[in-house]
Amino acid sequence: MSTKEQVLQDVVIKFAGDSGDGMQLTGQQFTNNTALLGIDLATFPDFPAEIRAPIGTLPGVSGFQLRFSSDRVFTPGDMCDVLVAMNAAALKVNLKNLKRSGKIIANIDGFDTKNLRLANYTDGVNPLEDGSLEGFEVIKIDVTKLTREALKDFTELGVKERDRAKNMFVLGFIYWMYNRTLDTTINFLKEKFGKKEVILQSNIKVLQAGYNYGDTTETFTTRYKVEKAKLPAGVYRSIMGNQALAYGLIAASEKSGLPIFLGTYPITPASDILHELSKYKSFGIRTYQAEDEIAGIASAIGASYGGSLGVTTTSGPGMALKSEAMGLAVMLEIPLVIINIQRGGPSTGLPTKTEQSDLMQAYYGRNGECPMPIIASATPSDCFEVAYEAVRIAVQHMTPVILLSDGYIANGAEPWKFPKADDLQKIEVKFKTSLNDNEEKFMPYLRDEKLVRPWAVPGTPGLEHRIGGLEKQNNTGNVNYEPENHQLMVNIRQEKVDKIAEYIPEQKLDSGPEKGKVLVIGWGSTYGSIKSAVAELQEQGYSVSHAHLRYVRPFPKNLGSIIKNFETVLVPEINNGQLVKILRDVYMVDAKAYNKIMGVPITKTELVDVLKKML
Amino acid sequence: MSTQTNAAALTAKDFATDQEVRWCPGCGDYSILAQVQKVMPGIGVPKENIVIISGIGCSSRFPYYMNTYGMHSIHGRATAIASGLKAARPELSVWIVSGDGDSMSIGGNHTIHLLRRNFDVNMLVFNNQIYGLTKGQYSPTSEEHKITKSTPFGSIDHPFNPLALAMGADASFIARSMDRDPKHLQTVLTRAHQHKGSSFVEIYQNCNIFNDGAFEIFTEKGTKQDTGLYLEQGQPLVFGANKNKGIKLDGLNPVVVELGNGISADDLWIHDEKDFYKAQILIRMFDNLNKNEGFYPRPFGVFYQTERACYEDVMAMQIEEIIATKGKGNLDKLLRGKEVWEIVA
Repeated sequence: MSTKEQVLQDVVIKFAGDSGDGMQLTGQQFTNNTALLGIDLATFPDFPAEIRAPIGTLPGVSGFQLRFSSDRVFTPGDMCDVLVAMNAAALKVNLKNLKRSGKIIANIDGFDTKNLRLANYTDGVNPLEDGSLEGFEVIKIDVTKLTREALKDFTELGVKERDRAKNMFVLGFIYWMYNRTLDTTINFLKEKFGKKEVILQSNIKVLQAGYNYGDTTETFTTRYKVEKAKLPAGVYRSIMGNQALAYGLIAASEKSGLPIFLGTYPITPASDILHELSKYKSFGIRTYQAEDEIAGIASAIGASYGGSLGVTTTSGPGMALKSEAMGLAVMLEIPLVIINIQRGGPSTGLPTKTEQSDLMQAYYGRNGECPMPIIASATPSDCFEVAYEAVRIAVQHMTPVILLSDGYIANGAEPWKFPKADDLQKIEVKFKTSLNDNEEKFMPYLRDEKLVRPWAVPGTPGLEHRIGGLEKQNNTGNVNYEPENHQLMVNIRQEKVDKIAEYIPEQKLDSGPEKGKVLVIGWGSTYGSIKSAVAELQEQGYSVSHAHLRYVRPFPKNLGSIIKNFETVLVPEINNGQLVKILRDVYMVDAKAYNKIMGVPITKTELVDVLKKML
Repeated sequence: MSTQTNAAALTAKDFATDQEVRWCPGCGDYSILAQVQKVMPGIGVPKENIVIISGIGCSSRFPYYMNTYGMHSIHGRATAIASGLKAARPELSVWIVSGDGDSMSIGGNHTIHLLRRNFDVNMLVFNNQIYGLTKGQYSPTSEEHKITKSTPFGSIDHPFNPLALAMGADASFIARSMDRDPKHLQTVLTRAHQHKGSSFVEIYQNCNIFNDGAFEIFTEKGTKQDTGLYLEQGQPLVFGANKNKGIKLDGLNPVVVELGNGISADDLWIHDEKDFYKAQILIRMFDNLNKNEGFYPRPFGVFYQTERACYEDVMAMQIEEIIATKGKGNLDKLLRGKEVWEIVA
């Protein structure tokens, strides 16, 4: 038989199944294979908070969305072209996001009476058979049966173990569909199961069976191909957000000469930074899994006091617990990086879903007047630069810095044109090592032109001094409760943070004219959606521009003048309106808000609709 | 903990600061400060390598009065801050100064985890069985039925036995001393410093404003010989004004006996700091002395001491071993990862 090959520009595929079906791994494998072909991509893993939610149910559905394209990609896509549904629940949850003529690859074994009932279909109703999927191209495969069949010679494996390889069948089939080779996954399997020969061989066998199924079944006459994307020339790799944060910290450690100390407590979706950093002891990194969130930041403060680069990582609830210690770090005026991978709140909220609702907490969520610089990452690879920059600000301005990322960036992947170590700008660190000629006694709170105090670490003879959380006299650092001194110190701590604006780059427009009708201001993970929506409208001739803030506190010093050049400002956020309030406050601008708080990213399509009404 | 280096000859005065000491006149903290300042020149650590970290409470003002490095941090967290500092800088001599509220109540969690990990630090807990800085509420070590500002009809909390808590957390050095016995306190502080591992030292400290006389029975001349039991390694547990009483083990139960009438010091419990099981019995000799007969005297001194690996050493060793086997990390290699592709212009 002959198969045609059709070239596509842009594909959005979603792998969906039960949380035990291995959909995350399947998605990651296909992502990796795609990336290595130089195709641009963006991913959106979406999984339940429960490790094993009840099998077959709607809340138990785990999904991995991947968009790949020969064009530039900035979001994982609003609607899917292909939905892989391992069971009835996966179909039910994801059908609304499938394009009208989209393909459904359904594992019919996941649509038996039991699975249909668990997915809340009315008794006797099977969507694969009742005509309700008309218009979609439904490809029914009995994955379970075919997997078992492929493994019939593997007598040492039980039924459960055989069934575990189901996802490899689907992956093999998708590889065939998109004209790929199996080598990246075979290499992965070899590394993962190298010592377990039977498991390794059975997985490879099923992967090949899935591929061959596509090849030999007459039903499928077309294979698809997406060409290489026209990315800027260079060497690329695939990177995920939390991984990039870890690499950014390591790079900053190497380029500043400061050893990293990560004090942290496991919390979703931040734990992967701990997992990642704990692998790299060869860089002299110390990772410390503390007894709680407070001990996480407190130990990092202790390490910074000793001259290390103290880092703590967390998510919303942990951030709340760390507030008092953040206040201490502000009073001590020592470097510290606090990374918050935001998730749905309040309280425990939606641990595995994304949200941008901790900005106000970062700005104001501490007792007293307690200003801290805030910096936010926009995409998975951007996390690298943002982590690097957070360290630079922390050590050069002697201040704790809050870095905001979120669950969507943390687990998302994209191609990254990674830098060379030599091209990274060195981070200068000054320790005070002795008294100056004109100094009789060490003054721990004597400031330089940036209002920054000296960093004198224990072990330095002649500079013994005491610091603490009580209000202190400027210069001497001695405990002081005088009214005028407190006013002065409150002012200085604020001014010190404000002054950072002189040491960060000016704000640039991401796209669009410098003067015009609407300026969209975003921060964090809304970057891709805003960029795509604005690009679409610009192509249609609308006057719309986009500025995306990396520096959220202080703002770049030209932000006010950029804003003045536009008739209207729109601030889309995955919260109830937080940056927008701060912008209104700081610039007295009548900024409009677009908010959605459903645990998922804002889509390009909805932003285009909102903007069209304003243009 | 032990950190030996050559220090120039210093005196107690070199460890005082120019800051006015602001504890209430008559507070037991003055004596503890004086003993720490006296001990410091003799421990063989240059003062720039000494760091004192405290939390919040009367005792936690301590760092301001010590001319070393110091941090007056936040309530209950001195232990956690000290853990990070020691992990990052194992060569420093780190002293934690805390009170019964700071270490047993708000900071209880960090205390047990510090001890479990066995960081090589010294933890001094000034126990006055009251909240002083907040002006007189009962603390987690206050006796039951205590009338305080927050318990006008008597407290209903059962108190902690701090040493039992430390033992439960596997502390490797456990001792008790008091503000009113300078010599004893100096000896215990020196021992704490010499011990490699977490040293937990409970110091009975009189708060003469809100809980005056809490430990009078152990500290005053008329009573102290009959109520206190001073532990010495290898020596029988003898006490009493005329050294006429002792502790004997009857199975697993300690029994108070009168010496004479066929009972000699040879029949008594011989103190052995290394004995893990007997230390637990000794630590549990914690009666309310005002009750009735059959009471146990309160032991002072070093209850237990053992050697086990310190967290910061193992942490450093792991890094060294990995660098020795894998080589120092290479940033370019890390950033490149395993799989790359090239886009050609």
